[in-house]
Amino acid sequence: MGEQNEIAIQMKEISKIFDKTVANDNISLDIRRGEILALLGENGSGKTTLVNMLSGIYYPDHGEIFVNGKKATIRSPRDAFDLGIGMVHQHFKLIDVFTAAENIILGLPGGITIDRKALYAQIRDIAAKYGFDLTPEKKIYNMSVSEKQTVEIVKVLYRGADILILDEPTAVLTPQETNKLFAVLRRMKEDNKAVVIITHKLNEVLEVSDRVHILRKGRYVGTVDTKQTSTQELTEKMVGRSVSLAIERPIVQNRKLIIDASHLTCVNGEGLTTLDGVDVQLYGGEILGVAGIAGSGQKELCEALAGLQPLKAGSILFHDEDAQGKPQVENIAGQPPIEMIKRGISMSFVPEDRLGMGLVASMNMTDNVMLRSYYRNKGPFVDRNTPRKLAENLIDRLDIVTPGVNAPVRLLSGGNVQKVLLGREISSQPQVLIAAYPVRGLDINSSYTIYSLLNEEKKKGVAVLYVGEDLDVLLEISDRIMVLCGGKVSGVVDAATATKEQIGLMMMHVGGMEDAVKEASAND
Amino acid sequence: MTEQAAVVAKQHEPWLRIAKRPTISQRKAWSIRAAAFIAAILCGALLILLLGHSPFAVYSEMIRGAVGSKISLVSTIKIAIPLLIAALSVALSFKMQFWNIGAEGQILAGGIAATYFALEWVGVIPAVALFLLMFAAAAVGGALWGAIPALCKAKWNTNETLFTLMLNYVALGLIKYLQAGPWQKPGGHPQIAMFEDAARLPKVFGVHIGWIIAIVLVVVVTIFLSRSKHGFETAVVGQSPNTARYAGMNVGRVLVRTMIFAGALAGIVGFIQVAGADYTLTENTAGGVGFTAITVAWLAQLNPLAMVVVAIFIAVLEKGAGRIQTTYAIPASASDVLIGIILFFMLGCEFFINYRLILRKEGKKRG
Repeated sequence: MGEQNEIAIQMKEISKIFDKTVANDNISLDIRRGEILALLGENGSGKTTLVNMLSGIYYPDHGEIFVNGKKATIRSPRDAFDLGIGMVHQHFKLIDVFTAAENIILGLPGGITIDRKALYAQIRDIAAKYGFDLTPEKKIYNMSVSEKQTVEIVKVLYRGADILILDEPTAVLTPQETNKLFAVLRRMKEDNKAVVIITHKLNEVLEVSDRVHILRKGRYVGTVDTKQTSTQELTEKMVGRSVSLAIERPIVQNRKLIIDASHLTCVNGEGLTTLDGVDVQLYGGEILGVAGIAGSGQKELCEALAGLQPLKAGSILFHDEDAQGKPQVENIAGQPPIEMIKRGISMSFVPEDRLGMGLVASMNMTDNVMLRSYYRNKGPFVDRNTPRKLAENLIDRLDIVTPGVNAPVRLLSGGNVQKVLLGREISSQPQVLIAAYPVRGLDINSSYTIYSLLNEEKKKGVAVLYVGEDLDVLLEISDRIMVLCGGKVSGVVDAATATKEQIGLMMMHVGGMEDAVKEASAND
Repeated sequence: MTEQAAVVAKQHEPWLRIAKRPTISQRKAWSIRAAAFIAAILCGALLILLLGHSPFAVYSEMIRGAVGSKISLVSTIKIAIPLLIAALSVALSFKMQFWNIGAEGQILAGGIAATYFALEWVGVIPAVALFLLMFAAAAVGGALWGAIPALCKAKWNTNETLFTLMLNYVALGLIKYLQAGPWQKPGGHPQIAMFEDAARLPKVFGVHIGWIIAIVLVVVVTIFLSRSKHGFETAVVGQSPNTARYAGMNVGRVLVRTMIFAGALAGIVGFIQVAGADYTLTENTAGGVGFTAITVAWLAQLNPLAMVVVAIFIAVLEKGAGRIQTTYAIPASASDVLIGIILFFMLGCEFFINYRLILRKEGKKRG
């Protein structure tokens, strides 16, 4: 079907170089009307750079772009709009205190007054045409992530875009929201618009796209028809060799309760409850997955357990053995990290913000490894020898690509930064390991390294808390999955039997599970 | 995340754009600095020409005036000592990204504390004990002045820049009060009496022993920053308070502790100035040293050893500028402009070390 579609954009021999990195190397490809095109590639393969040259954010160093058959110079986002190219960025660019409608017309030329009635009608028209759910009068700060995304999409449609580019649009959505979005995209396709989605999720590529352009390390690898391909083929093309996509779930017998936290409640600076009476048990030899829409309390939960978040209420009971092997229980709620260290409680935490919290970006690997152990050295001085050896050991063991232990960690790629962080945390031989989004932004290879590191810890009897966003991965690696919704526990399911749809419902509202059961029985 | 940053940096292709350098070789960095220095000298030469003098003669007179004779060398070093120690002080706080511009006030606080003992205890105890007492008192006075803004920042997150600046005026006001009140010298003028000989710092090789103190402190601060646990904590808190918290550091305590050290160093400057240079306490005891020290610390990129070089460099400039005022009757304001030009180039060139300029390539003219 693809062949007879009209070509909307033709990119010819496009190159873009940042400093010494070649982000795009001589890429030629086409985008057609009436189809959904997936741009597939690992992180750092140059997908975003490529489309940023279509949306006027970057200017190519070399090559030509033709829009509707005519050579185009896209120098700014405004030029892109004039050509009918609209981009929906991964990070929304909306003003919180404005309404949807105000955000949609923001930056457009117009008179001093706004005819709100006509504007709302226009927006409702667009929404109805493509099947969006959108209230033009609603303020952005009252919206869910998926509603915000809708505003972004309507914004570009309102401006008359007929070539739509969406950068990782499903990263922040639940499975149900993703399906809704795909339905909208299919309608756009029927309306003869050109739709491009950038993604690295293979299932979605197979589900929604017509053709797939694949990029690897800044180069164009090839195009495949979605109908004639499989996840395995796509992965091989994307990574450049065959990869096993199975994630192990080793079963550990004799799981011991290590942390029994109950009624954890946190309030943020604005007085909003971010964590609301959360009960959680962590067992040694188990991976507890945590799912939820971004900002449902995952960060607060991790930080509360690690002693970095003041608790308004709740207790965290730490089960341990004393020197004689007698079981003992301690409440560590509200204790700062330093106090836990003093009591010999060893908890490792891989925070979401790796360079802003887990590591010091400007410091070298030795100093970063030292960060969690420097105080153990006796006397007023630090000992850099032990951490240097450990750092060298980590480089060896985890295949960390770095100019050396003396290079600032900010020069390392995302995957290597994560290996430094996780390697350091694991090397302290923790009883509990909390990992928040440990594979975010990593390529497939690094992700699988991280999965197997977590599994190794689990086999050693460590209690692992894994906060993730990819439900497929969570279902494969976890033993149990706890779903958070608006700071509350929506439910805990057995990962071996749960489905993505169940978890999706639980992510959207507390007790979503029961509704799912009811719905199912109502349909019978 | 880097891509996001790049998005902001490069909206579109203008004729000239600025990009951050990922890394730069030491050799290239130093050649940029050398080029900046030459540019500064040329620019200064232009100014001298405008004033109707020969740049060559004026520059050589500056150097002669600063290091040409033993007397001039001694007075150049006397300018460099307080600059160096004060720079060590601000470097400690800057390492923590605590924007302390209150070295001036901390110097005065140290000077006040030392002066108390110089006036009241002289002759009561032996000279060595008196010096030790004055030294300790000055350190405590400066530490107190440094700790107040740090405590308030730790407790209530106050703005340290404004706070330290305001404390400068408080210290200055305190001195004026002492001059006109409790410590006023008999006989009319609101002045504090000159110290007796027993309260004046002895000299080694013709310069008061402040230079020895300075060298010792350079070593101490170098070790503190590079080897001590406290120094490591100071650097981590400066780079990322969140990481510091995560690593189990008490950020507030590190803030206060480091500012106590920084304040103590500045306080010692006060002691050296009153006991070694001025032999009394006046409102000019600090004389802008606390501010010039910020320039020294930045030019040396917070490296204590480099500060020795930079402090001497600036002292040479100041002394030399003083000399050309008298020899060539160049007004003080003009010689200040000359120093300003040189410092401007030296500080400004750091921009070109961190960033590079990219000219738009030909053939992509605005369509």
